[in-house]
Amino acid sequence: MSSLALIGRDIRLASRGGGNTFLAVAFFATIVTLVPLGIEPVAGLLHAVAGGIVMLCSALAALLSLDNLFQADFEDGSLELLVTGPLSLESLAASKIAAHWFTTALPLLAISPLAAIAMDLPGAGLVGVVLAVALATPAVSAVGAIGASLTLSAKRGGLILPLIVLPLLAPVIIFGAGVVRSKLEGAENGAVLYLSAFSLAAVLLSPFAVAAGLRTNLSA
Amino acid sequence: MIGYANPKRFLDLTRPIPPWFFGVSSTLLAIGLYLALFVVPPERQQGDAVRIMFVHVPAAWIGMGAYALMAVCSIWALVNRHPLADIAAREAAPLGALFTGLALITGSLWGKPMWGTYWAWDARLTSFLLLFFLYLGYIAIWNVTEDETRAARGAAILAIVGAVNLPIIKFSVDWWNTLHQGESIFRSGGPVIATVFLWPLFIMLAAYTTLFAALWIVRVRTAILRRTVRTRVSAGFGR
Repeated sequence: MSSLALIGRDIRLASRGGGNTFLAVAFFATIVTLVPLGIEPVAGLLHAVAGGIVMLCSALAALLSLDNLFQADFEDGSLELLVTGPLSLESLAASKIAAHWFTTALPLLAISPLAAIAMDLPGAGLVGVVLAVALATPAVSAVGAIGASLTLSAKRGGLILPLIVLPLLAPVIIFGAGVVRSKLEGAENGAVLYLSAFSLAAVLLSPFAVAAGLRTNLSA
Repeated sequence: MIGYANPKRFLDLTRPIPPWFFGVSSTLLAIGLYLALFVVPPERQQGDAVRIMFVHVPAAWIGMGAYALMAVCSIWALVNRHPLADIAAREAAPLGALFTGLALITGSLWGKPMWGTYWAWDARLTSFLLLFFLYLGYIAIWNVTEDETRAARGAAILAIVGAVNLPIIKFSVDWWNTLHQGESIFRSGGPVIATVFLWPLFIMLAAYTTLFAALWIVRVRTAILRRTVRTRVSAGFGR
């Protein structure tokens, strides 16, 4: 199975049977729109917290479906089958990360303007939110996949996944919120560059860590 | 190096070390604390609160050093597949978390008289909090994975990923902190440390380091012995 075929298979699986995509989107929309209820919906206050809230919510929403990134394939044996195939574990990991991004992050990206509207952001802030989610989600998928591969054979691995992954994602949340802030204030602070750099490095390096994690959990 | 990593030889070689290290550590601790609490003059700006530095800075030093140690042991474990390196990394983690927690607590106690608050989102405090969470994630991997070999490899990978990410986390937190100008006035950079403060600090550093080393060696020895007992029992010798 080639990388592209694997990505296609995962996307088809997600679009037909799996409720993960819907779950992540619904989770994101619910939390983001509930936040203004928890704090006073004063424009200044919402503007100040919008970046951080949106970044954290998109990371959490992506984590929801990361639990299942390898789990279903691991349990029904198709992961073992994929490993014996021609695809290297590293390429398999990269394909899985890409598939996760297409099935979870892309829908989140599509509804992220809703989050900006819920936070009462002006047009520039909306651009910032979409840009931040677009640049941050590859890193979330990539770093999250490391956590998913490490907790594969753990009991209730889904519960400790956030504990493992979220501290590693601190730079994403900081720089992502920085992107929103820079667009809102119209001042360049370098956050776009830092966030892109982190995402690129994460996407480039994490397939190796994911492959090592899978190898560990697949060896008899 | 490989020879020393043999569990049996390790047990033989390290048997006399912990009592000595505990002795050295408690002596240094007594001297250091005496100097820090009674000999060192109050600092010009901070007054007596500066004395917290002598228990705080060494804890932070061990908190970071233990993570570095854990990462090196993890690389060693992955490259050479040596079980002793796995145990060494695993046993360093709770100690590292403990000292990091101690650094956070003493730091916040220091913050109260200095900054007027127990917790400021100061860059150093924040990155230390994240370091503490990294330790918790590492310990969690060991706890939830039943198969010991898998747990060891998974934890080693996480330790290395964390070590790669730590400088980036540190950078991002510093960057974030300079963005919030209001809070950075509290930064405790301060003047260059005078020699009166430096000597007790070095003594305390040595005391903490030997204490960590002693506890670590005891933990590694216990882990090896526990595994030996378990293997013997399951092989039917223990009865």
